[in-house]
Amino acid sequence: MLKEKSSQKLNKDSKKILANSKSLGWVLEPDAKALMRLQGFDIPDFVLTDSLKEIESFLSKTGYPVVAKAVSEKILHKTEHQAVVTGISSKEQLYKEITRLTKLEGCKNILIEPMIQGIEVIIGAKNDFQFGPVIVFGIGGTSVEIYNDTAVRMAPLKPDDVLSMVESLKAKKIISGYRGMAGVNMEILTHLIVNFSLFVMELENDIESVDLNPVICTRDRCVIVDARIMLSS
Amino acid sequence: MDLKCLFKPSTMAVIGVSTSQDSHPANVIYNKNHLRYPVKTFPVNPKGGFINRAALYQSVEDIKEKVDMAVIAVRSEFVSKVLEQCIKKGVGGAVIISGGFAETGNLKLQNRIADIAKEASFPFIGPNCLGIYAPDYVDTFFLPGERIISPDKGNVGFVSQSGGVLVDQMVKFAGQGIGISLAVSIGNKVCLRETEMIEWFDQDVETKVIAFYIEGFEKGEGRKFIEKAEQCSKPIVILKAGKSKKGIEAASSHTASLAGDYKVFPEIMKQYHVVEADNEYELTSFCESLSCYSDGINGNIGIISLSGGHGVIAADACELHSLPIPVIEQETIDTIKVKLTPGIRDIASLVNPIDLTGSSVDNDILTSAMYLLRDKNIECVLALLIPYSPGVSADIGAKLSQVARNEGKPMIAYVPNEDKYKIIIEGFELNNVPVASSVEGAVLMVKALKRYRPC
Repeated sequence: MLKEKSSQKLNKDSKKILANSKSLGWVLEPDAKALMRLQGFDIPDFVLTDSLKEIESFLSKTGYPVVAKAVSEKILHKTEHQAVVTGISSKEQLYKEITRLTKLEGCKNILIEPMIQGIEVIIGAKNDFQFGPVIVFGIGGTSVEIYNDTAVRMAPLKPDDVLSMVESLKAKKIISGYRGMAGVNMEILTHLIVNFSLFVMELENDIESVDLNPVICTRDRCVIVDARIMLSS
Repeated sequence: MDLKCLFKPSTMAVIGVSTSQDSHPANVIYNKNHLRYPVKTFPVNPKGGFINRAALYQSVEDIKEKVDMAVIAVRSEFVSKVLEQCIKKGVGGAVIISGGFAETGNLKLQNRIADIAKEASFPFIGPNCLGIYAPDYVDTFFLPGERIISPDKGNVGFVSQSGGVLVDQMVKFAGQGIGISLAVSIGNKVCLRETEMIEWFDQDVETKVIAFYIEGFEKGEGRKFIEKAEQCSKPIVILKAGKSKKGIEAASSHTASLAGDYKVFPEIMKQYHVVEADNEYELTSFCESLSCYSDGINGNIGIISLSGGHGVIAADACELHSLPIPVIEQETIDTIKVKLTPGIRDIASLVNPIDLTGSSVDNDILTSAMYLLRDKNIECVLALLIPYSPGVSADIGAKLSQVARNEGKPMIAYVPNEDKYKIIIEGFELNNVPVASSVEGAVLMVKALKRYRPC
């Protein structure tokens, strides 16, 4: 049984990441992921580099398919800039995409990580004017605003709040498993959302909003595949 | 802060009474309370003089007796001075009617009165408000008595940021027979705000339901409100205005655009079982229902009607409001069937919603209600009582209420709101069973119980 923590105090390195990102106004994906890892959240292994050699040595351990992303201070919304390529299955395709990505505005590094298959959800947080930190949960991906199938709760959350959030979604059957497809591991998802809400309580004075989108959920993991942290000005 | 002097005063000073202008708010308030309320009222004006043969006090400090509460209706620039006098005199609290503060950009003046009161721990309502209406105690609304329809004394405490909405809602409460323990227009809410009002009403034995009309919270105030609501032992109903989608278009993240106020507010209210009303009609229905029943349910309704059509209309409304109409146990159906009048035994439909037909008599309705309430799938019975049926007696309201009380589950009735059927309506209401004046209104009353914290 996974135990929810009672708090998610920021350690020294986490604070450093936030302080270094202050001037940009948001935290770059690799930094945001490093921060999430420092706080004990599940993120994919990744390599961040401009060297093909390093990429190859990373791939020799993980294999294909992989995801490649351009990391640029100029690109906040990656999808809109075609800065994310998923499902890359060969060296040839990867090199071609890397060549294209490095030409995108401000691209300093490429982030490569293994492609994980599962149900895409969004877990977000917002520092609400009236209520302080609130947590958003729903079906994730690039079309979240179209479906707008989300639930909102005031942080910090209790495990029961996570259940009621799932229950209130139109897509609740996708979460619980539908037409022979495996659902989400609720214990792991609950653990993640409750701990994330505690983490957000610690960040109250630093953040405007956080998008963990997508978080890819399988039968035994909920992996934060992309994270964007908007800092308060 | 002790608010008893403010909300249940025995003596009151009205400051700003005019000797020349009868329609001045202070004069309306003075006359109304002086003539019609038990509160002993003292008129005050620095210039002195007379009003209706009564001498005006030049300062609240000149009043010999203890003053529980002061109504301040002087020009904004004089408010701080008057406030200081009240504090010096040992007045228990004030209602500041005067406008001309933050709402007109005069924040400095507003902060000054806030500081003066805070230093002395002196509670006040307002400024820029209508103040309070406590039936049997006091009424500081500066609206002439003959223009208002005031609800009777009852157990709903109502707090509104808008004076206009407050008065309008009181007319609606009165029309629906809902009584008020205290209504407060908090205006600019400089000192007493929603959170303090939750505390007051929670300990007030005369209040069973707390209702709010809210336009906006300050930074972080929503969280404080929720924290107080969570500790409160009584149901809280809230009508929130201004949840528009505006202002989120430029949001920089998915979450920010998904979690606009129109989404965040209702979801958090649900999370903490604060009963949010979508409109004023729901506000009225919710208050009536929760003033009779203070335990929430999951919403499983058993419906009894004397006409198939009413049952269907109710079922549609239940579906619309996500209220389940469960299948009744076969044992319940069998028990009811053998006890029905032989004449309707074969024509009554005993599936939920139950249709007893227009040929049913009191006993058929009572028996059905009793066994339906005993069914383990049913948490609440909706009695759609169309009084046109010849077999329905004038006693049906009182008799059905007794059944509900014996079975210990909530019952909600629909009876057309006409003078002719008053005896049936009173039969229910005097026995603490809420009566709606429409089928949908009755369904909304169950919705209130579902939105409240299940026991």
